[in-house]
Amino acid sequence: MTNLNAVLDAARKAGAQQAEAYQVANEETPVKFEANRLKELNSRHTSGVALRVIANGRIGFASSTRPDDIDDLVSAALETAPFGPEAHFDFPQQAEAPVVETFDPATESFAVDDMIEAGQSLIDAVRKVEPELLCDSQLRRLVGEVTLVNSNGANISYRGSMLMAWLHGSLIRGTDMLFVGDVDAAVSPELDTDRIERTVTWQLEHARNLATMRTADLPVIFTSSGVADGLVMPLTLAFSGRLVQQGQSPLAGKLGDDVYDTRLSVHDDATLPMRPASRPFDDEGVASRRTPLIERGTVRSFMYDLQTAGLAKAQSTGSAERSLTSQPAISTTSLLISPGETTFEEMVAGVKEGLIVEDLMGAGQGNVMGGDFSGNVLLGYKIEGGEIVGRVKDTMVAGNVHEALASVSAIGSEARWVNGTIHTPPLLFDRMAVSAKAP
Amino acid sequence: MSDQLISRDEIEKAVRGHNADYVEVRIDDTATNRLVYRGQELEEIGRTQSFGGCARALVNGGWGFVSFNRPQDPSAPADVGLRAGIRTRVEEAVAMARHVGTETSVLAPVDPVVDVVTANVVMDPRKITLARKKEIFDGYNAKMLSVDGVTSTNIVYGDSHKRVTFASSEGSYIEQERIDVISRLAATARRNGDMQQASMSLGALNDFSYIDALDEAAYMIANRAVELLNAPYVEPGVYPVILDPILAGVFCHEAFGHLSESDFVYENDRMKEIMVLGRQFGQKHLNIVDGAAVPGLRGSFKYDDEGTPATKTDLIREGVLVGRLHSRETAGKMGEPPSGNARAIDYRFPPIVRMTNTYIEEGEASFDDLIGDVKLGVYARNWFGGTTSMEMFTFSAGEAFMIRDGKIAELLRPVKLTGNLFTTLENIDGIGRDLDFNQGGGCGKGGQMPLPVSNGSPHIRIQDCVVGER
Repeated sequence: MTNLNAVLDAARKAGAQQAEAYQVANEETPVKFEANRLKELNSRHTSGVALRVIANGRIGFASSTRPDDIDDLVSAALETAPFGPEAHFDFPQQAEAPVVETFDPATESFAVDDMIEAGQSLIDAVRKVEPELLCDSQLRRLVGEVTLVNSNGANISYRGSMLMAWLHGSLIRGTDMLFVGDVDAAVSPELDTDRIERTVTWQLEHARNLATMRTADLPVIFTSSGVADGLVMPLTLAFSGRLVQQGQSPLAGKLGDDVYDTRLSVHDDATLPMRPASRPFDDEGVASRRTPLIERGTVRSFMYDLQTAGLAKAQSTGSAERSLTSQPAISTTSLLISPGETTFEEMVAGVKEGLIVEDLMGAGQGNVMGGDFSGNVLLGYKIEGGEIVGRVKDTMVAGNVHEALASVSAIGSEARWVNGTIHTPPLLFDRMAVSAKAP
Repeated sequence: MSDQLISRDEIEKAVRGHNADYVEVRIDDTATNRLVYRGQELEEIGRTQSFGGCARALVNGGWGFVSFNRPQDPSAPADVGLRAGIRTRVEEAVAMARHVGTETSVLAPVDPVVDVVTANVVMDPRKITLARKKEIFDGYNAKMLSVDGVTSTNIVYGDSHKRVTFASSEGSYIEQERIDVISRLAATARRNGDMQQASMSLGALNDFSYIDALDEAAYMIANRAVELLNAPYVEPGVYPVILDPILAGVFCHEAFGHLSESDFVYENDRMKEIMVLGRQFGQKHLNIVDGAAVPGLRGSFKYDDEGTPATKTDLIREGVLVGRLHSRETAGKMGEPPSGNARAIDYRFPPIVRMTNTYIEEGEASFDDLIGDVKLGVYARNWFGGTTSMEMFTFSAGEAFMIRDGKIAELLRPVKLTGNLFTTLENIDGIGRDLDFNQGGGCGKGGQMPLPVSNGSPHIRIQDCVVGER
């Protein structure tokens, strides 16, 4: 490991007034299944150091994975600083951090053979439901350590672990292709592979028949996975302190306003025990916290990193995230949408003609900054007379997330984790633009 | 290209003498510069030095892959540890492959190659000072912000110089060098709660010079963002659409290109039936090609990441499927020639089947031929993004206009086009004669993104396309 204090010393000697060194060391072990069987074992060892400096009031940055090149790293960071942005913050002192559990030694020692076994039994289980299903699957173990030191005295280090499982199945008949799948991630090795099995089984059963949608404004249910695919990104982008401060967020100037449905509450929480996105500190050394974004329809707070907080005269919310090669940027951690009171079955039963969106493709394109979302329904179902009648094809759904969430028709009573980082119930909207191509 | 941390001799030794069907090592050394503006502020400037390697082994049909930045013994001096480390990493990969493999290994044969390929540099971004780069982009940023109604901008500039060394147990040793120069300019206009964005993504291989000539583009983007505030949404529905070369290139990549990647096909009997060579996909005027051997584009190279020489592959010829994209394994298993399409974004990943430069060849129609008899349709231009699920694709246009009575009519807000591959290719009923390439994209697959690719096309017309708003 690189001696980070030596990096700080060298940076100060070279002319930096403040410096911050960030180091990651990860070991990632993916076990890959293709076409229903084990195909490849991977092992990725990643390590490197990033250096941020403040010199004459400006920020410089460099990162390196080259062994032993402190001098190059320091000179690259200082070389960029004269052209860098003005710093509107000081690196933080050592903070008192909440106790956040991020590591389970049982994950670190979870054997590759157990991962192979888990993947194979998952594939076998869903193929019992549909023998013709062709499955790709991946079990992935990640163990890592993050270390951050700065010239103002912060010296932070913590370990993290994660086990992730995903399954992706395809069923092809003629040129009709059905794609099903689910993913779960956890800090501990107790992955909910049963849930993946249940979800995929449910998808297969409801996708068996084909149904035709018409182009109209119709009621649309987003399942938890549909919410995560289509709505979360355009929504949370609007809470980025950076976009707010620059006037690019439609929520700029609306802090404290009642913008959304009064039953809607959304918060970001990096302190949940044993969640993959949890951490005691953010990637600038600011203590983690729970940040309410929407409370009963009211815009409660925006997310900030140090630089944006400095510009906006706000406090960092501990929302800085970075990879080794990128500078810190505002990001959500675990995002939670509070559940409501309507069961999924009640939602479906109340719809005369409508659409269920489970998997949305291409949702991140278009004017997402303004809150627009749209996409091709990769996996979705038609509702007729309160019942799911089959899978839809050639169907798009579009809307604006801020308009849609201003009046939600029903919020589901059961929230679940999607991708291990988004906890959300299903949502029902009364009218949304559905366009479909008649066969 | 000899100032390397590990010598050729050491790399070649590391791949020899293993009890495996095949072994390869790849070492990357990449230096990247990056500038990001948001609004008035230069938000980010930085330099990244990335050095790492990987070992991949094949035993009895199973693969093992190990990637690393550092020698295994952190207490050893870096150079010593790295040398000893590479051989150990190869051994690890072999052991993993052995754990997986239960069948017979199949790789299409490729002649071993020893070659050193230097970048054919037109204008080297490393020779332009950081001060000069900042001055250029300060200028574009100021120009965009000076347009009345523009409230913010976003500029991303990046250049990367990359050297990749490849060695295999079959005796190949290849060094390749390339320089990528990418940029994206975007302007946001806002009025009351309404916000619109216009943008342009550009790229070039081994050439900085285009960066100096974006004045007009910056001005155009800024004005377009403001105009969009007054533009209506499209009435969603089914229309004839005309795509400009940029968007048609994205269409070609998303709607068809991914389906021609054999790793989706080679172990999937149903897909093999669908993608059977000889199948009619389009009308007689449709020809689609992929090839890294087409020189000077962002998807161009001399050897892929398995050491297979680049080729130019006919995918569709006169509307009929005639070829597909292969790695050595997919080619071997399907009994087809390897096409040189196994690519990895960097040392952290094994190579998988990817596109390079994918394009629709020129036809005979003029723009007037395409638009003249369209009573009500959509003319979609420029690229926002795109994705595919094989059967279904969706991609969004940066700008769009209604076509009314054979003429370009009012500006629309950005539209999204979606469809079913198998009917849509058949529905291309006009192909222009103005082939152009989009080099600003980066392709994502299997967690590997962005991979430098280009795609191109002349103007094309598609009947019965689903057009959605936003």
